[in-house]
Amino acid sequence: MHELSITMNILNIVEENAIDLNAKTVHEIEIDIGELSGVDDDALQFAMQCTVKSELLNHALLVINKIPAKARCKTCNHEFDVSDYYAECPECHGFDNDIYQGKELKIKSITID
Amino acid sequence: MCETCGCGHPDNNITFRRPSHPHTHPHVHESSDDSHSRVIKIERDILAANKQLAERNRGYFEAKNIKTLNLVSAPGSGKTTLLVKTIETLKRDINFCVIEGDQQTMNDSERISATGAEVIQINTGNGCHLDADMINKAVKKLNVPENSVLVIENVGNLVCPALFDLGEAYRVVIMSVTEGDDKPLKYPNMFHTSDICLINKTDLLPYVDFDIAKAKEYALKANHHLRFFEISAKTGEGMNEWFDWLRGLK
Repeated sequence: MHELSITMNILNIVEENAIDLNAKTVHEIEIDIGELSGVDDDALQFAMQCTVKSELLNHALLVINKIPAKARCKTCNHEFDVSDYYAECPECHGFDNDIYQGKELKIKSITID
Repeated sequence: MCETCGCGHPDNNITFRRPSHPHTHPHVHESSDDSHSRVIKIERDILAANKQLAERNRGYFEAKNIKTLNLVSAPGSGKTTLLVKTIETLKRDINFCVIEGDQQTMNDSERISATGAEVIQINTGNGCHLDADMINKAVKKLNVPENSVLVIENVGNLVCPALFDLGEAYRVVIMSVTEGDDKPLKYPNMFHTSDICLINKTDLLPYVDFDIAKAKEYALKANHHLRFFEISAKTGEGMNEWFDWLRGLK
């Protein structure tokens, strides 16, 4: 259940920014979650519902952009989509790949009043 | 965007573009549909606080020549027995300090303490992993001397600790032959982020269906650079290679 820790981190960062911006309420929190980040969307939404939040964040909707994973083969430089850590390069069939996208855990934006 | 599954046309999904120059201040846009609402670009790594603290820990360890290992595994893989045997054998060559992570009890730290090594126990309560802040605090309490080896025994869990950098120099994943040989396929994040893989309890190989060659093949698929040690902490089989590797850290 590391999603609870992740949620607490999200709420801390958002609250810090919202206070700096003199926001009255936060409507939406937009985040990027990579397919291979090891974070489960449903667990994250569940943790978001269960967390006690300040007045500022109480009605905030969590919008998750799922970022697909992409790899570059270190042997032949071929770029391809992956859905796990042990994907084979479709060109040279090697396993030494650099996963350059799909591990994101990032707050993109917040919508505030 | 589709309310059910989160899918949608990419153009609808993106609120605005990445700024062409680095911003240190929030970027404010007026939203078109509601003049009172503002969309503020944040662009911050959710685990930034942990990563920053982990780097601080790493810098401290490097400056003091403290070699730090983060031991991760499923519960019951034999981490503590491995650690006790390792410390007992090498304590004349290496000064060991240990941070023990468990949800509850002092049991593991008491076993380590009996070897004479300095140890501190972190009980995470309901927590499923250690984080860089816990290590930062524990290190201050433990007063780790220069030129020592600090071993962090993480909470037994192959999922959550994978995400949390503690500032270690090496992540060591341990699997035992009483588990399935497909562990690396089931928990690829942990194997992907580790440097060393210990396969423990090899004395039990004749009695279980564990296929070492297959386990290594699966682990190498998740991480091409993993280095393996096949060991039995109980009988001492294969432990010399592991000890040599640890001596090489100094």
